Amino acid sequence: MHADPAGVLTGTHFLDGDHACCEGALAAGARFSSGYPITPSTEVVERFAARVPTIGGTFIQMEDELAASITLQGAVWGGAKAFTVTSGPGFSLMMEHIGLAVMTETPCVFVDVQRGGPSTGLPTLPAQGDMMQVRWGSHGDYEIIALCPNSPQESFDLTIKAFNLAEKYRVPVFVMLDEVVGHMTEKVVIPPADQIEVEPRRYTTIPPGEFLAYQAKDDLVPDMPRTGEGYNVHVTGLTHDERGYPDMKPATQDKLVRRLVDKIRKNADKIILNEEDQIDGADVVVVSYGITSRVAQRSIDMAREKGVKVGKFRLITAWPFPEKKIAEIASKVKALVVAELNLGQMVREVERAVAGKAVVRFVGHAGGSVHRPEDIFQAIMEVAR
Amino acid sequence: MTTVSVNPGNPVEPFLRTERMPHIWCPGCGIGTSVNSFARALTESNLDLKNVAIVSGIGCTGRVAGYMNLDSFHTTHGRAIPFATGLKLANPKLNVVVYSGDGDLFAIGGNHLIHAARRNVDIKVVCVNNLIYAMTGGQTAPTTPGAVITSTNPYGTYDPSFNLPYLVEAAGAVYVARWTAFHVRQLTRSMQEMFKKKGFSFIEVLSPCPTLYQRRNKMGDALDTMKFYKEVSKIRNGCPTSEVSLSKSGEIVVGKFVDRERSDYRDLRHDRMVETLGDQYIEAEACECSI
Repeated sequence: MHADPAGVLTGTHFLDGDHACCEGALAAGARFSSGYPITPSTEVVERFAARVPTIGGTFIQMEDELAASITLQGAVWGGAKAFTVTSGPGFSLMMEHIGLAVMTETPCVFVDVQRGGPSTGLPTLPAQGDMMQVRWGSHGDYEIIALCPNSPQESFDLTIKAFNLAEKYRVPVFVMLDEVVGHMTEKVVIPPADQIEVEPRRYTTIPPGEFLAYQAKDDLVPDMPRTGEGYNVHVTGLTHDERGYPDMKPATQDKLVRRLVDKIRKNADKIILNEEDQIDGADVVVVSYGITSRVAQRSIDMAREKGVKVGKFRLITAWPFPEKKIAEIASKVKALVVAELNLGQMVREVERAVAGKAVVRFVGHAGGSVHRPEDIFQAIMEVAR
Repeated sequence: MTTVSVNPGNPVEPFLRTERMPHIWCPGCGIGTSVNSFARALTESNLDLKNVAIVSGIGCTGRVAGYMNLDSFHTTHGRAIPFATGLKLANPKLNVVVYSGDGDLFAIGGNHLIHAARRNVDIKVVCVNNLIYAMTGGQTAPTTPGAVITSTNPYGTYDPSFNLPYLVEAAGAVYVARWTAFHVRQLTRSMQEMFKKKGFSFIEVLSPCPTLYQRRNKMGDALDTMKFYKEVSKIRNGCPTSEVSLSKSGEIVVGKFVDRERSDYRDLRHDRMVETLGDQYIEAEACECSI
C-alpha cells in the first residue's frame, strides 16, 4: 500500500535528522504523537505539532514520559498510527510501557535521540549508550526491533521502515538516533507518496464473536480487532490466553512469551538490514552503526590508503542482532574492530557471535563527541599486523 | 395446575464476561456492587455499547475492565488515564470510562489524573476507594485516614490523606460525586448523569475492604460496614468539596458536589486552531488507520 499524500512532503530538502524523522513518521501515516520535551529530541515533535493540524491528527504534550509512552498506545488501539520521541532520561521512564506494548502487541514507534548518560549526563551531546537499554530495559523476556540511522536521509527512510515493521510484527520498534544525527543538517529527498510503501494495520476480517484476539497467524503474529466495532476485546498486560483473558498457568506463560520472542527471532532474516562493503577478502572488518559509522568510514579509508584490506559492516538493524552474519564474517577475517559511542555494548553481541573465531578489538568512547578517526584507524592497524 | 418457573437471569449478565466468573474479589467487597451499578447505568443510558470502552489500571478495581463485556483495556499501574486519553483523542466516537482504585489513580497515577482534569479530556473516571492498597495486602494509600492500622503502618497511619473530590474539582473536573457501596441507586443515577456530561467527570465510590481494612481495624465485617455507611453518611448535594474530607469513623458526606460546564480538550483545540489556522486546519476526526 502507498503512503497517504497528505503526509508526504515530496521534494528535496535541507533537514536535520530530527525533522527528517518527523517527516518519515508523517509519510508512514502517523497521525498521533504524545510527547514530553527533552533535548536533543524535541525538534521531532515540535515539527509534528506544527505540521499535523494541517493534515488531520493529534499532538498532545503530556505531563511526563510515563504518560507519553502509554497515551500513544491508547491512540493505537483507537485506530491511529502513533509514536513518541525522547532521549536517555525520558527513555528510562518509558521502559514500563515498552513492556506493555510488547505484551499487548501494540504496533508503535519510539524514537530515542541518544545523549550522554548515565542520569542527566550530557543533554546536548551525543552517545550511543542506550543500545542495551532498548533491548533489555523493560522486565521479563521479550524481543524488539531497533534501527540505527546514520544520516538525516536515513532518519526519514528508517522511520517509515520502523512504522512498517511495527505494523507487520505488532511490536514496538525503536529508531535509535543520536544527538549528532538528530542535529546534523543534510540533503533529504522525500519521494512522491506513490513511491513510499506503507504497511497497513493487520485488521482481522473475522466477525466479532468468532474472533480470538491473540490467536497467531502463520507468521506468529495475531491480527488486530478494531475498537468500537463490537469485538469486546480484552487487552491486558497480564499473561493471557488466545482470547486475551488473564491466565496465570505456567503453560500459558510459556506459550505466550515464546511466541512474543519467536515472532521476531524466527523472522529475523526478513527484518535485518545492514550495509556491507569490501568484506570479501578483507583481513579486518570494522563494525559500527549510527554516527560512528560515518567516522569509521574515514578510518577505513585511511587504512585502505596504507594498503590494509579493510571491510565495513554497518548495523542498520541493531536488534534483532545479525549474529549469523557476524559469525560468517568472523570465520573469514583476522579481526573485527567494533567502534561505538559507549564503553562496550553492541561489542558484547559481536563477541558472542564471533565466539573466539577472530580477534575482536573494541574502540569505545564515553560520549560527548564522536570518535577521532585516528583512534579507530590505529585499532585497525594494530589488529591487521 | 403447574407453575413454570422461568429464571429471567440477572439483567446485568450481558455486560459481564460470565465465562470469567468467579471473580477475584473477596466476599463483602464493594467493587462488584459498583460494577452492578455501572452495568445498570449502561442499560438505562441508551449508549451504543460498541462505542463504550473501559480502561483500568492495576489493583483490585483494576480488574474491572477484565470482567466487563466491552472493549476493555487493563493497562499499567497508575496509567489508565493517559491510555484513555490517547484512546479518546484518536477515536472521539468512543465513550471512554476509566475504572480504577484510589491507590492507582491518586498515588502512582496522581499526576496523570490532575492533568487530564486540567485539560478536561472527555473521559469518565470511576474511582473505587477502599482506603487502602488491597491487592498487595493492605498497605497505606494516599486515601487512608489517620489512626488506621495498615500493614505498612502497623502502629497506625499519621500522614494526612487526600480529599479526592476537593482535589479533582480544583484540577478542573466538570462533574464530581461521591457515594458508598451502600448507595447503589444513587450511584447508578450518578453514573447515568456522568455518561451525559462532556468533559472530565469523576465519581468516588467508597467501598469496604473487609479482608484488609475493616478486619485489621476491628471495624466488623462487610455487613457492619454497610450499617456504618448507612449511619454516618449524609447526603449533601452541592456541598463545597473542601468540607467532604473523610476520617476513620466520622461523617461521610455523599452526593453530587460539582456539575458545571467547561469546554473540553477537543473543543478548546478546535477553537484555537480555527482561530490561528483558519481553513488550513483539518480536524482530527477518528484517526482511522486506513493505512
